[in-house]
Parts: sequence; C-alpha cells; structure tokens
Amino acid sequence: MGHHRVKQTWVQRVLLALAASGLMVCGVAAQERFIVLASTTSTEQSGLFGHLLPLFKQAHGIEVRVVAVGTGQAIDMARRGDADVAFVHDTAAEERFVAEGFSVARKDVMYNDFVLIGPADDPAKAQGRDISAALSRIASQSAVFISRGDRSGTHAAELRLWQRMGSDLSKNKPAGYRECGCGMGPALNMASSLGAYLIADRGTWLAFKNRGNLKILVEGDRSLFNQYGVMVVNPAKHPHVRHALAQTFADWLISPAGQAAIAAYKVGGEMLFFPNAKR
Amino acid sequence: MELIVSGNAALWQTVALSLQVSGSASLMGAVIGLSLGATLAVGTFPGQRILVWAMNTLLAMPSVVVGLLVYLMLSRAGPLGSWGILFTPAAMVIAQSLLVVPLVAAWSRRVVLTARREGGDQLASQGASHALQAVLLLVHERWSVLTLLLTAFGRAIAEVGAVMIVGGNIDGVTRVMTTSIALETSKGDLPLALALGVVLLAVVGMLNALVAWLRPSSVSSPEAAV
Amino acid sequence: MTSATPMTGEATAWLTLTDVHVSFGAVQALQGVHFTLRAGERVALVGANGSGKTTLLRLLHGLVAPTSGQRRWLQPQAVHRGILGAMVFQHPFVLNLSVARNLAVAFWLQGMSAQQRAQRIEESLRRVGLWGLASRPARTLSGGQQQRLALARAWGVHPCVLFLDEPTASLDPSAKREVEALIAEFADEGLTVVMSTHNLGQAKRLAQRVVYLDHGRIGADLPVGRFFDGPLPSDAAQFLKGEIGWDITA
Repeated sequence: MGHHRVKQTWVQRVLLALAASGLMVCGVAAQERFIVLASTTSTEQSGLFGHLLPLFKQAHGIEVRVVAVGTGQAIDMARRGDADVAFVHDTAAEERFVAEGFSVARKDVMYNDFVLIGPADDPAKAQGRDISAALSRIASQSAVFISRGDRSGTHAAELRLWQRMGSDLSKNKPAGYRECGCGMGPALNMASSLGAYLIADRGTWLAFKNRGNLKILVEGDRSLFNQYGVMVVNPAKHPHVRHALAQTFADWLISPAGQAAIAAYKVGGEMLFFPNAKR
Repeated sequence: MELIVSGNAALWQTVALSLQVSGSASLMGAVIGLSLGATLAVGTFPGQRILVWAMNTLLAMPSVVVGLLVYLMLSRAGPLGSWGILFTPAAMVIAQSLLVVPLVAAWSRRVVLTARREGGDQLASQGASHALQAVLLLVHERWSVLTLLLTAFGRAIAEVGAVMIVGGNIDGVTRVMTTSIALETSKGDLPLALALGVVLLAVVGMLNALVAWLRPSSVSSPEAAV
Repeated sequence: MTSATPMTGEATAWLTLTDVHVSFGAVQALQGVHFTLRAGERVALVGANGSGKTTLLRLLHGLVAPTSGQRRWLQPQAVHRGILGAMVFQHPFVLNLSVARNLAVAFWLQGMSAQQRAQRIEESLRRVGLWGLASRPARTLSGGQQQRLALARAWGVHPCVLFLDEPTASLDPSAKREVEALIAEFADEGLTVVMSTHNLGQAKRLAQRVVYLDHGRIGADLPVGRFFDGPLPSDAAQFLKGEIGWDITA
C-alpha cells in the first residue's frame, strides 16, 4: 500500500514537471532582439556562422537566427517575408529579387570558389586547371556525376558551367548524370560511396568528414568563382520585418570589422571565404 | 562516445528541447485526439463514416507533408502569418500535434468502441450520456490510453520532416535531436550522427522504463502489456 | 429518484405497454405486447432463449424504445433521461477502479452530493456485505462479489424499480444463494422487482407474478401460484415440463 502511495506522488510530480516544461516552450522567442537570416546550407555547414555570429552579437547585442536551406528556398523565404534578411550566392537570382522590389539593394560580401571533386583514381581524366575540359571529358566517358538538382546557388553555378561548355542539359543529359535534389553534404556522401564526380563549394568540402577516396581535381578556374550577397527584405513589401536590426547586420557584414571577421575564419590554416565588399 | 560523455552543454540543451517540444505536442495532440476518437466512437452524426475514413488515411501522412502544410499556414504570406511563430518551438509543437492527432484518435476510438461493447449498457443504464460513457471508459482503460500516448510521443520525438521545415533547425533555438542528426549526417559526420541517435533512443528508453515502474503492480486485466 | 411506497389500496402503476413491437433490423424481438407494471410487484420473466425476455426487460427499463406501439411512463418524475429504475446484468461490468469508487461514479451520475455519496457508499456496501473490500480494485473481486457490487450499485441509488437480467446464471451455487437472498430482502422491503430467469425454482421463490414469453409474444401472464399449479396454454405447459425436466437447482 505504501509503495502504491509513493508511486502516486511520483506520477503527480512527473505530470507537473511535464506541464511546466510545456509552458516554458511557449515562452521561447519572446522578447530578445533577434533577426531571422535565410542563408544557404553551404555557408552554415562550412562553420562560418558559428564563427561570425557570436562576434556580431558581441558588437551589437542582436541574436541572428539562421535558417539554412538551399538558395532557391532562402530567397523564397525572404520573398514571403518569413526572413528579415537573406545571405545567398546566386547573383542572378538576387538581382531578380531586387528588381521585383523585395529588397532595396544587394551588396557583395565575400566570395569563395567551387571545386570539382572526384575519385582519386580519376577514371575520366578530369584533373587539371580547366573546368570546361574536365566536364566534357566526364560527359564523353559517361562517368557518374552528381548534381544537387535543388535550385541552390551551387546548383545554379553547376548548370552555368555545363552551359559554358556547350551542353544543354534540358535536351541531353550525359549518361552518368544523377540529380539527387539534396544538399551539399548528402551529395558528397553519395559521391563518396559511388566514386562519382561533383561540383562542390570549397567551404563545405573543407568541413566534410566522410571523404572516402574523393579529392579536389580541378580548382582555380576563373569561372569557378562564387559570389555571396546580402539583401535586407524591403519593409515596403513586408512591414513586419525587423528592418533596423537586419540593416545593422547587413551593414556590419560589409564593414571593415565584418570583413575582417570573415577573413579570420580558417579551417586547417586555409581561408574559406574571401571578403570583397565594395567600399 | 567521448563526445557524448564529455557532457556537452549544447547536447543537453538539444535533448531538453526535443523532450519539451514532443512532450507538449503529445499532450496537445492527445487532448484533441482523445476527444475526436471518443466522439467518433459514441457519436451518431452525418458524415461520421467519412471522418473515420479520413482519420485512418491521415495515419499515413508523411511528416514532411504536415510540416509543409503548417509552414504554409504560419508563413507571413499565409493565413496565420500574423502570429509570427514560424521558426520557433511553438510552430514545432503545432506541427507535431497534428501528426499525433490521427494516431491518438484512431486508437482511442478503437479502445472506446471495444470497452463500450462490454460496459456501454451498464453505463447507459446508470444514466450516463454518450459523452460521459466515452470519458468513463477512457478512465477505465487508462493504462491502454497511456500506452497509446507513449506511442504518440515516440512518433513525435522521432520525426524530423515536420520539425525541420517549420522550425528551420536554428542553432540554439529550434534544433532538436532529430534535426541535429540530419545535419551531422549531411555534414558527413556519421559517427556523431549515430551517437546522437543512440542518445535519443536512450532518453526515450528511460522514459518508458519510468512509466513501466509507475504502473501499479496489481495487473488489472489478463492481457496487460505496457 | 424516489422509492416507491405503494398508496393504501390501489398500487401505483409505473408504466404501461400497449401493442408494442420491437424489431432490430429484420429481427422481430417483441410483438403485440400489452403489459402494465405496478409498484411493489415481483415479476419473473421466463421463456426459452431468444424469446424476448431480455428485450422486454430493456424496454421496461428504458434502454430500448418501441418500434411501434406505445410505452407510457405513468410516473414521469421517476424517469431520468429515459431510464426508469436501475438494472443488474448477467455479467456485472465494473470499472477499473476500487469498489468504493465504482459506487461513487454511479452515485455521482445520479447527481448526489459528495456527502450523500460518502454516506450512501458505506450504507450500500454494508448492505451487501462488501464494506471490508471497499478499497480493493473492483476487478479483482470474484464473480459473486462483483454481482453483489452491482446490486449495491443498483440498490444504492434507491431506485423505484430494480430490473435484473438473469442475475445468477453465471454464478456458482453459494454465490447464487447470496445474491438471491439479497434480492428477496430488497423485494420484502417493498422494492418493485422485475427479473428474467432460466431458473424456475428461483421464479417460484422470488416472484409473485410470472410472465411467460414465446417468440416475442407474451404467452401467459399469471400470479405465481396459478402459473405453476393451474391450467396453462399448451406451449407454456410444454415449456414448464421441459424446463422442470432438466433444471433441478430448486
């Protein structure tokens, strides 16, 4: 009987604890100064935000909440007003966004580069300094090539590279072309297990831990250059955005302090992103 | 293994958030689901069969789809955008509650129907309305109901699709166990992802053990099996 | 719910059935039933399986409504939500709660206050001899004890009529005796009792009016003495012979 009583009081305590913690959950996101930043998986997975955002918070006391999705989805989020500021790497899409009036202006922040990743034994002989030559060899050998296929900045860049080489993917995909509709990490995972080729951004590659026998085969080609831009959502279109705070963030990114912080971020002694904001 | 044992504060914050979000969602979903299930069991109204069919079909609803629907509702461009709760734990609780409701409703309907066959007459004879019958029978079958709630909680805490879309996997704000695992997997850190998975299972395992201990030792029905 | 004290002289009638038919889908459970129930009566419903005893009981209690014909409640204040009196079923259903809590729920459903409930729970449990088991989980009681609990639950609301559907059919002999004794005591205190039974000895002991049902019709409706000793319609007589033939628990 006593044992039963003990159990009963424990049941009551557990239920009370559950109820209390449930209420706590709803209290989150109440009064802090924060903004929602729509950015890309490549930027987040490179670890840049983990380095950058605490510095910004220290300087301005604003918390930046990063929702990391593909560039297409990030711009979409900003267009709907679900984010206060967007930080992506697809200049053409960004300029369209500004032209549609959803942002007042886009500002260059930094660039990094893409690299061609492939198996160390390189069956298609893609290695070299020329990306177009590499891609055409991959296509003619029907080697397996992984495309992200997710409207991300990386995907858009990859499509442009095929186009520059003269391939029209909408008409004629190479035999080994595989679209996964996934982020950079899963695409790299896939390439690792299939021994396939793919275009990746250097940041994600440097932070990627499941390399298998993959390595960089082509780098340094001018057309592999990847520009990042920041856009504050236009309050004229979405009055509820935290415009002042978001503008503070955008301004900080292109300020000497922000640019220095970007340059200071290194993985294995290597800089991932190169600040290039215009003064 | 050392990663976990080192007692990383961020890890425990993630675990706590998972428990809070899925716990709240299970409770909310339980309240709605039990009411719905009980109503479908004892009520007689037009369109009842369609509702039962809809509920059974929604059992197979992918969590990603629920997440997408809730996202569209809570987005600033959507009808409930003015609530401003997208990318907060509150949105995650809502999405997971919706996921849990068909499960709880379908099962509790079964429970009440079966129990009513045994005791419905007696309760009606004592003057209990249909609604009261359902409530009394749920109390009567409370240990089955508890098992059901644990199952619902399991569904909630293990899902990643809904919570990823409406929460945004924001570090320190809406990152839960499952979205952490997804993130680490996509970063290629498979050992860490697996380790997090083990932690999640261990936490749920401890919860189930606690419930089993709280159950009264006098077994109330021959086929007791929580 | 007030208990019935018959008026001096003419006993009050609880209800009348006039040409009542009850069917469930294609099945005709009762046909052309005329019946009046008076306060203080002790009625036994007898007949073969499927003859309509249970349906008639449920119709009188209020769990089932006539498909055609008329049922009139003559004391409307005694009827709550279409239910008259209290009923004990063949297989007692007890909630997964303690014995006392089971009664508490039943009494709460009747609208008793907390104080009334507490008093009545003790009173009813003592009446049936279960007071010592008040805090035991009701489902751990034996069949006979559960049936006594059902009786406590029914008697405790002080019903106008007590309906019983083969209350001792599933009990062992000693439990049967205990339950029968309680029913007899309740009847002696003036409670109107309507009971269906297979056990003709039981009918003889407890009833003062016997209603014989055959294929949904009332074949005979007589005072107990005349039913067992007097001349009967042929099918009722057959039934009596057949039943008495192999039911020897008298």
